[in-house]
Amino acid sequence: MNRRAAVLLAVLAAMLVALPAVASSYVLSVATLILFFAFTGQAWNVMMGFAGQLSLGHSLYVGVAAYAVAGLFFHFGIGPWAGVWLAILLCVALGATIGFLAFRFGISGVYFALLTIAFAEFTRIGFDHLDWLGGPGGLFIKVEQREYSDLLNLRGPPQMFYYVMLALAAAAFALCAWLLRSRAGYYWQAIREDEQAAQALGINTFRWKMLAVMLSSALTALAGVFFAFYYNNLFPEHIFHISRSIEIILGPVIGGVGTLFGPILGAAVLTILADSITELLAALGIEIPGVKQVFYGVVLLVVVMFLPHGIWPALARKLGLEERR
Amino acid sequence: MPIELVVNVVIAGVLTGLVYGLMALGLSVIFGVVRVVNFAHGEMMTIAMYATVVLFASLQLDPFLAVVPVGAAFFVFGYALQAGLINPFITRPEHSQFMLLLAVAIVMVNGLLMVFGPDARNVQVDYQLESYAIGPILFDKARVYASATAVAASAALFAFFKFTRTGKAIRACADNYLGAKVVGLNVRRYYALTFGLGSACVAVAGCMMILLVDVSPVLGPAYTLLAFVIVIVGGLGSMAGALLGGVLIGVSEALAGLFIQPSAKSMFSFALLILVLLLRPQGLLGRKP
Repeated sequence: MNRRAAVLLAVLAAMLVALPAVASSYVLSVATLILFFAFTGQAWNVMMGFAGQLSLGHSLYVGVAAYAVAGLFFHFGIGPWAGVWLAILLCVALGATIGFLAFRFGISGVYFALLTIAFAEFTRIGFDHLDWLGGPGGLFIKVEQREYSDLLNLRGPPQMFYYVMLALAAAAFALCAWLLRSRAGYYWQAIREDEQAAQALGINTFRWKMLAVMLSSALTALAGVFFAFYYNNLFPEHIFHISRSIEIILGPVIGGVGTLFGPILGAAVLTILADSITELLAALGIEIPGVKQVFYGVVLLVVVMFLPHGIWPALARKLGLEERR
Repeated sequence: MPIELVVNVVIAGVLTGLVYGLMALGLSVIFGVVRVVNFAHGEMMTIAMYATVVLFASLQLDPFLAVVPVGAAFFVFGYALQAGLINPFITRPEHSQFMLLLAVAIVMVNGLLMVFGPDARNVQVDYQLESYAIGPILFDKARVYASATAVAASAALFAFFKFTRTGKAIRACADNYLGAKVVGLNVRRYYALTFGLGSACVAVAGCMMILLVDVSPVLGPAYTLLAFVIVIVGGLGSMAGALLGGVLIGVSEALAGLFIQPSAKSMFSFALLILVLLLRPQGLLGRKP
């Protein structure tokens, strides 16, 4: 990272910290959503962008973690400060299972992606029939409006949720920046570029791919915990759905797979775009279901066609912030 | 539970499974040759179903006759999609191709939602309520005709690949991209042709499927996943495997609906998928990668 990038990063960080002081509650909720997708995108990027393992089932980890903390809270009154550990444990175990099965049996590429979808869909339908956690009717956590912030129980005003998500996103960013320069990061990139060559150099590709999957699932679990207490309601049909997984990967793909800023930029662009389209259509008085998504799809099509490496690498070149990839 | 009921359910599952098989055959052929996973496959299926509904409502065209115009239109559409949109992507990484087809799928699902709304549509013809009976065993007429059409379309495709020069050329492109180029085949044109054929398959399957189920836009992604499950179970790239996979999934869905809960039926399909991926990742009839 050069000096110019460091200055810009510091300015961005300062703006994000100061935002709640000036923003309306609507802007704050949009910003929280952007940070949420920046975080999950960063987590997904560890697997795909760094280690080259395409997961299309990350909704699995968000959902399982959310249901774990929500279930503990709903049935036993145990707060997220304890539930988060269970959530991480479950998600890492799931990630490790999928990774172990796939990598031991030599499943890669499209087949690996389909395996991740299969696990997520299997779990979705399973939760639909799990009455203890609400089944298809959903699981609801009691909503409490607190004026003061109770971090351990994740109860408080919207500003608290914003800062929690900001802290998570910043921590994930720092972690990824460090990882990319670490031994693991270099091994992952070697595996991503050419797995056989990496193996020939003596890298235990199985072990490092496993590490990527487990780390990615652990990070995504944190997003699930946040999701449960931010929205207070969970439906299998909603949280495990493949469109959730796709939402997670849209940000990094649009922003730039394998880059540090890609997931953040992509999340911001997509969320703001989606919201502006909604506002625009409302202003024009158009109320046909699907119009917004069609527009979304077309934008996605254009970006994928004309910016194959995502927006960030192109933008970074323009701004003179060349990021080493 | 009476044995006749189980036999009847299995037969219905096999017949529906053959239509599933034809749908999956389209996906399998496209992947086998172009090496691109068509993430918009189920969405194309629902478009074909809606096309049949519209033709039936406006012209009273029987779904079995709608096969011809819908199939032809989808061939042209698939050809254009591959030639215009996907060919520039064949040298790009997998996730990039995936995003492209995903974008196409998003536009398709929501385009249907805009035009037709979220409510389910169907066609009603008199033979849907009739059946052939052999003793206590019943064969729904609509299902029998639909599966016979699916088998005929599959057989025609087999014959095309086996016996025509164009089919041979397409197989050459699938076996060895560089080799096919070296001997002077216009690989990209054959890719487009293949995508057109795969689209025609899914179109015919869609015309048949509308006789068996109601269609709504949300079915698109579900059919995409179903087609994936079928081709992976049967063997991605294997034509006979797609039909076998279709029948297996059709029967397992039917039995799960009978013995457990209809809503849990796709759970068994996904469990089957996970098992096959782990124990025989090339699929039941697939060649070793």
